[in-house]
Amino acid sequence: MDDILVLMEGVEKSFPGVHALSDCRFELRAGEVHALVGENGAGKSTLMKVLAGVYAKDAGRILYKGREVDIPNPRVAQHLGISMIHQELNLMPHLTVAQNIFIGREPRRRVGFVLDEDEINARTRQLLDMLHLQQLDPRTKVADLTVAKQQMVEIAKALSFNAEVLIMDEPTAALTEAEIDDLFRIIRQLREKGVGVVHISHRLEELKQISDRVTVMRDGRYIDTVRTQDVSIDRIISMMVGRTIYETAPEVPDNADREVVLEVKNLNRGTVIRDVSFQLRKGEILGFAGLMGAGRTEVARAVFGADPIDSGEVYVRGRRVHIRSPLDAVRHGIGYLSEDRKRYGLTLGMDVENNIALAAFNKFLGALGWVNRPAIRQTASRLVDTLAIKTPSLQQQVKNLSGGNQQKVVIGKWLTADTDILIFDEPTRGIDVGAKSEIYHLLNELARQGKSIIMISSELPEILRMSHRIIVMCEGRITGELTSAEATQEKIMTYATQRSSVMNADLTLQVPAEPAQPRSL
Amino acid sequence: MEAKIARAPGKSLFRSDAVQKLMAFAGLIALFVVFSLASPNFLTLDNVIGILLATAVNGVLALGATFVIIAAGIDLSVGTVMTFSAVMTGVLVVFWGLPIPLGIVGGILAGGLCGLVNGLVISKMKVPPFIATLGMLYATRGLSLVISGVKPIYFNDTPEFRQIAMGSALGALIPGLDIPNAVFIMFGAAIVAGLILSKTVLGRYCFAIGSNEEATRLSGVNVDAWKAAVYMVCGMFAGLGGVIMASRLNSAQPALGAGYELDAIAAVVIGGTSLRGGEGTVLGTIIGAFIISVLANGLRILSVPQEWQMVVTGAIVVLAVYADIIRRRQ
Repeated sequence: MDDILVLMEGVEKSFPGVHALSDCRFELRAGEVHALVGENGAGKSTLMKVLAGVYAKDAGRILYKGREVDIPNPRVAQHLGISMIHQELNLMPHLTVAQNIFIGREPRRRVGFVLDEDEINARTRQLLDMLHLQQLDPRTKVADLTVAKQQMVEIAKALSFNAEVLIMDEPTAALTEAEIDDLFRIIRQLREKGVGVVHISHRLEELKQISDRVTVMRDGRYIDTVRTQDVSIDRIISMMVGRTIYETAPEVPDNADREVVLEVKNLNRGTVIRDVSFQLRKGEILGFAGLMGAGRTEVARAVFGADPIDSGEVYVRGRRVHIRSPLDAVRHGIGYLSEDRKRYGLTLGMDVENNIALAAFNKFLGALGWVNRPAIRQTASRLVDTLAIKTPSLQQQVKNLSGGNQQKVVIGKWLTADTDILIFDEPTRGIDVGAKSEIYHLLNELARQGKSIIMISSELPEILRMSHRIIVMCEGRITGELTSAEATQEKIMTYATQRSSVMNADLTLQVPAEPAQPRSL
Repeated sequence: MEAKIARAPGKSLFRSDAVQKLMAFAGLIALFVVFSLASPNFLTLDNVIGILLATAVNGVLALGATFVIIAAGIDLSVGTVMTFSAVMTGVLVVFWGLPIPLGIVGGILAGGLCGLVNGLVISKMKVPPFIATLGMLYATRGLSLVISGVKPIYFNDTPEFRQIAMGSALGALIPGLDIPNAVFIMFGAAIVAGLILSKTVLGRYCFAIGSNEEATRLSGVNVDAWKAAVYMVCGMFAGLGGVIMASRLNSAQPALGAGYELDAIAAVVIGGTSLRGGEGTVLGTIIGAFIISVLANGLRILSVPQEWQMVVTGAIVVLAVYADIIRRRQ
């Protein structure tokens, strides 16, 4: 018998309206890297947050080193030796590396309340040296570090608790390949020391490299735990989705000679958008691939007028346009569907029909500026039908709809506003599998009707499946363009990590912004 | 042709936190120069002492507010808590006849108690700071009137009390340089505040909570308790302000205090502390408090009506924050 560090059994957890975990189990041994996989909403993060004391479980038990434990808060978890690195980095950007690592348990001087800053820095130095992070200065402010370095700070912080269990929730999502290699080196180092590492990830190829065992979850339930070397990736995927997925190639219409509806030339904004030029044709789905922070969203926001630009030209249907605000963009028929639809796409407290009318209220105004409700209702009910939005009524508050249906309401909103250039930023983020394919179907249908679509996505299978043409970005530049026929995950990743220089990312970030060029808009 | 400014890589001047402070300090100097040129009555010893004294109370209040604002909170009650503390000191010393030191401690504790209530309402009852402290503003304003019987409490039987703020220990040493003690109390309080902020756990958690409250909580810090402590410290500074105020006026004026919170917040903001939390300095706050009183004093000497002084102060607050926004955009 190996050392079983953690055993979770029969764990239940409900949130208002959602049964997040039912009868979940999980087992972690000392000195293993245990991958936890499942689709969005499968309950991976929730289960681990129960273990880390962020959420209290409703039922079930947790055995830690064979002893039943109660973990009511993160502090208790840390004392037991369980540390979690959350998906959204949890650092205080205004504090230094060392201050972040020792937050909550600062070494003090003899006079009770007084901090011992030298001690904090010295101990951080040791810790970073142990992780071979010699180039990181404990006194640097965290806000000045790259995401990858911030991640390393989180790991150092977790280790400083002498963690025996380290949970990492999608640690590689924002990292480049070199940074991932670095991370894996550290993970292997930890494994050798007998730390049990839980690795939550969507990148299955990665799990093959790093993990010893895999636990699969689906819809808040435990499916199975297997030895990584015994299973194929396809097998893991089918356990995750409960069926075998067939990757369908996109149907690419022959549109080489179609009208160019949107052309962007030499777009620049500080260091985040550098000399970006591209064309979008009528009826085309243009995929934008790249790692997080590559500048894809920034390009979309700049084109949409949500952020100011330093220089660049935008043409809509051959005519030069000056888009200074989202209102201008909408007037030119451009709609933007944000990756964070709850914050930027919907007024959650309002009902379906009002959300659909929101971007085009002037179409529904009667004499004296009265709102013509019957007209809104008519449009809304037509869109609810054509988009197959599942809602009990048009008066349902949008916050009560599922993610997929919320996304459809946003699409309905932009269709009502007569936009025919639609920019989708991560259109299926946080949407479950079934609804995903509906959204894909809808995008194809829109393209067939002659709408032009830019789809930003970090999921390579999604990009490959949907795009007629693919543009890849890295560090604010376009590094490659691929037709759907020639595109593969490997080619996209090559372009996505093609940095402009061999400089390390820190230096790149600290180079001051280039002086603003005279605005040509 | 574009002019390129050569800059050492990695050491961008604009990113340093010192800049806002430097700008505020430069602004203060500029005001001094302008007013000195505009009126011969400005740069006199008496007038400068007047400015120092006028800054003392607001400076102390602003020091307390600095803690709260760095922790991404707000305290609207510092002005009326100051008054409440002054009244409590009056009650202890005048009504109950307790020794003056007990009156001082009592005043500061009364302020701390108000702050603690603010902090608990905010952290335990999850009432937004704006509302919680607005409630405290009204409550303390009312309590001051109730307790004092809507009359000022005069410290006529204890002439030493007035010496706390208005006496001049320095003047006794160096005849002619009669800078009132209140000024030194403020600077002393500033040093204490600076030490708390940079050297103690409380200060560290102010920045941490203001920078990312959830991350601080997940790091195992008892955020609720520390937040309550931060508001309590703010209340204690307001209490100290109340003692200085009472000593200066030789009386506790129960109707005074409304509007002081705005001067305090303005001083903090001019001094470069971000209302979004996570950054700020004591030195900045003190400079901010001086800018406000130099402005008021200078404009008064130039016979600008008081109404217009307010307009100018308002403009300065907005400009200071705008300058900060411009700087960040670089």
